[in-house]
Amino acid sequence: MAKLENREALEELRNSLKIATQEKSKRLISLCAGSGCSAYGTAKVHKALKAELTKHGLQDDVEIKLTGCHGFCEKGPILVIQPEGILYPQVKEDHIPNIVEETIKNGNLVQSLLFKDPASKKKISHEHDVPFYKLQKRIILGNNGLIDPTSIEDYISVGGYSALVKALFDMTPEEIIDQVKKSGLRGRGGGGFPTGIKWETCARHDGDRYVICNADEGDPGAYMDRSLLEGNPHSILEGMIIGAIAVGSHEGYVYVRHEYPLAVKNLLFALQSARRLGLLGENILGSGFSFDVHISRGGGAFVCGESTALMTSLEGKPGRPRAKYIHTVEKGFRESPSLLNNVETWANVPVIINNGADWYASIGTERSKGTKIFSLVGKVVNTGLVEVPMGTSLRAIIYDIGGGIPKKKKFKAVQTGGPSGGCIPEQFLDMGVDFDELKKVGSIMGSGGMIVMDQDTCMVDVARYFLDFLKEESCGQCTPCREGIKHMLQVLTDICAGNGKEGDIELLEEIGDVVAKASLCGLGASAPNPVLTTIRYFRNEYESHIRDKKCPAGVCKPLFYYEIDAEKCTGCTLCALKCPQQAISGEKKKVHHLDREKCIKCGICYDSCKFDAIVIK
Amino acid sequence: MENSEKIDWPKINQIIEKYNVNREALLMIMQDISDMYNYVPPEVIPVLVERLGVRKSLVYSVATFYKTISLEPRGKHIIKVCTGTACHVRGADKIMDALKEHLHIKEGETTDNLMFTLEAVRCIGCCASGPVMTVDQETHGGLDRATAVKIIEGHNKNVT
Repeated sequence: MAKLENREALEELRNSLKIATQEKSKRLISLCAGSGCSAYGTAKVHKALKAELTKHGLQDDVEIKLTGCHGFCEKGPILVIQPEGILYPQVKEDHIPNIVEETIKNGNLVQSLLFKDPASKKKISHEHDVPFYKLQKRIILGNNGLIDPTSIEDYISVGGYSALVKALFDMTPEEIIDQVKKSGLRGRGGGGFPTGIKWETCARHDGDRYVICNADEGDPGAYMDRSLLEGNPHSILEGMIIGAIAVGSHEGYVYVRHEYPLAVKNLLFALQSARRLGLLGENILGSGFSFDVHISRGGGAFVCGESTALMTSLEGKPGRPRAKYIHTVEKGFRESPSLLNNVETWANVPVIINNGADWYASIGTERSKGTKIFSLVGKVVNTGLVEVPMGTSLRAIIYDIGGGIPKKKKFKAVQTGGPSGGCIPEQFLDMGVDFDELKKVGSIMGSGGMIVMDQDTCMVDVARYFLDFLKEESCGQCTPCREGIKHMLQVLTDICAGNGKEGDIELLEEIGDVVAKASLCGLGASAPNPVLTTIRYFRNEYESHIRDKKCPAGVCKPLFYYEIDAEKCTGCTLCALKCPQQAISGEKKKVHHLDREKCIKCGICYDSCKFDAIVIK
Repeated sequence: MENSEKIDWPKINQIIEKYNVNREALLMIMQDISDMYNYVPPEVIPVLVERLGVRKSLVYSVATFYKTISLEPRGKHIIKVCTGTACHVRGADKIMDALKEHLHIKEGETTDNLMFTLEAVRCIGCCASGPVMTVDQETHGGLDRATAVKIIEGHNKNVT
């Protein structure tokens, strides 16, 4: 395809693409090829599907589209048949002949392969009726399931790059900034800083301005940025170009994790195709404005998600943060004014420009506008990516969309905001989630990770886990963070090992206070959060560990043992068969016995017993 | 990699050229070299110093700061067990324990026959399929102790 010389050429292309799609009007099978579904075997399903269609001579009548992440990762690989939107979850190779024969050829549903709603126990045939999708508002993620991320034509045909046209030809840079300001958009990477104000300040400082996309998604348990990069890279790119017009920049960078190979690949492809069409590079769409983007791959250092560290890393040095008495919008990358936003923030920009600030600001709460993508993971039935308006309650997200806690277990807490976030207990489930509400209960929005924990999760162990993570990731430059985290971790490790003593909780609170106040960057300043919130809401668990030398959740190995409840044991022999240590003995249909000397507390018996007869003591 | 004869120098030069001999791309250059050998051979470092015009101390500080770079030889297959939060609450420790027992190595170590390196990685963004591990470029989800060991055994068979 030739370079587009002006806005009319782009519209012409868009129209011809739309007409072509209508004319084809053929069946479309969209198969999720995101990292989650791929881990479950998308490649095999794709191969089987191609072969089966060819076998039936349907290869020209049915198009297969490998799309980005649909979000319903729990049920991967996800297959959707368009235009009807028929959903087949957890598709395997041997399901394919049935699907092709019945649904594609005869137009019938394959009942046995349909999604079964765990709540109502009913079969649901269409994607839009599945509660997981039904209750979401997918203004950012929505296109992920519709387009092939490696096809710029797909993005253009769903309206892509129309916001760019508007920004280039119909708006002044001031008007763009004004729209972003009015929309109320706040940074999706963690801090929640008003995006428009950041843009305005950057535009005010002179120098070679840079536009940077922070795609160093490091929060464990959060993967919305990866899914956007993999599934809809052009939306991020379009946002960045608009940002560049607004602040007057000609060079941009995407700093992306090396651990996300598919994201890097799709992004690289997107850059090439955008350049080919003249949407990126010299003289974009004949407007006279030039801007290009480079990719820089991060090296697996969590601290590089911090803005100053990221920019130092971009310069080819170890990514250590610096004090921010001069902000990066004034002096950042190469000592120049730098506009850094997170992936999801950039993806919001075209939506705002297209629909207007007023429309955008009508979604959400008073001080948190728009939608937020959460990655709902951990002990929840429907794991996946959930996009909801700001202010949606935790209960709606976890129970109505997420389907609640599996195996009839009891909800204990939800952890938000990544390693520097906090654990929120049951009493706040009806709280509407936005930047300010989360802060009130001691947590943060962070990048939107939401890790659900049930009765089997030990909160002391969770705090220890996060500190262990942060100890590894602390860059070691400033003493409060480097030493403080290490000492807190030591105290927590002792508590988990059964060596906790009176005064430990107070000591943790004291060190936590110093680390939060005296650390150089955000990593240290927020590092005590997981400890302080678990102490605040689950102090009794700390006390059981310290005083009674018990781990009520059965996680800290020295502090519990398994026992067989004679009343509940039916003698089904399952635990005895599965025990790797032969620690369980007993005859069929008679109460079994567990030898505590042999038991290594691996938990296999506990997980496999269907009668709750293995108990934690 | 005992002697520099085994190093594919034209390829190394190609990598450096690919990034326009740009010193800001030092980390990416080392990542690409790492993809060839699973680590950055020490013989390469003076060449990076000379070609990129950077100090030796910078090369070492970058190589040791970032986790994706190793200066020690690693196994033919790199096993990365995800220990991100979602995998952690779903029992990533058990997977790690099982593999440690099976391979008789600790986390971060390489087997004597240089076949496997066992590493922990913090979140690869496949949280819905946890616990997850990757063996080289392939991701395996929904693991338990037995399936994890089976996957490793499969890799062992393929080579013998």
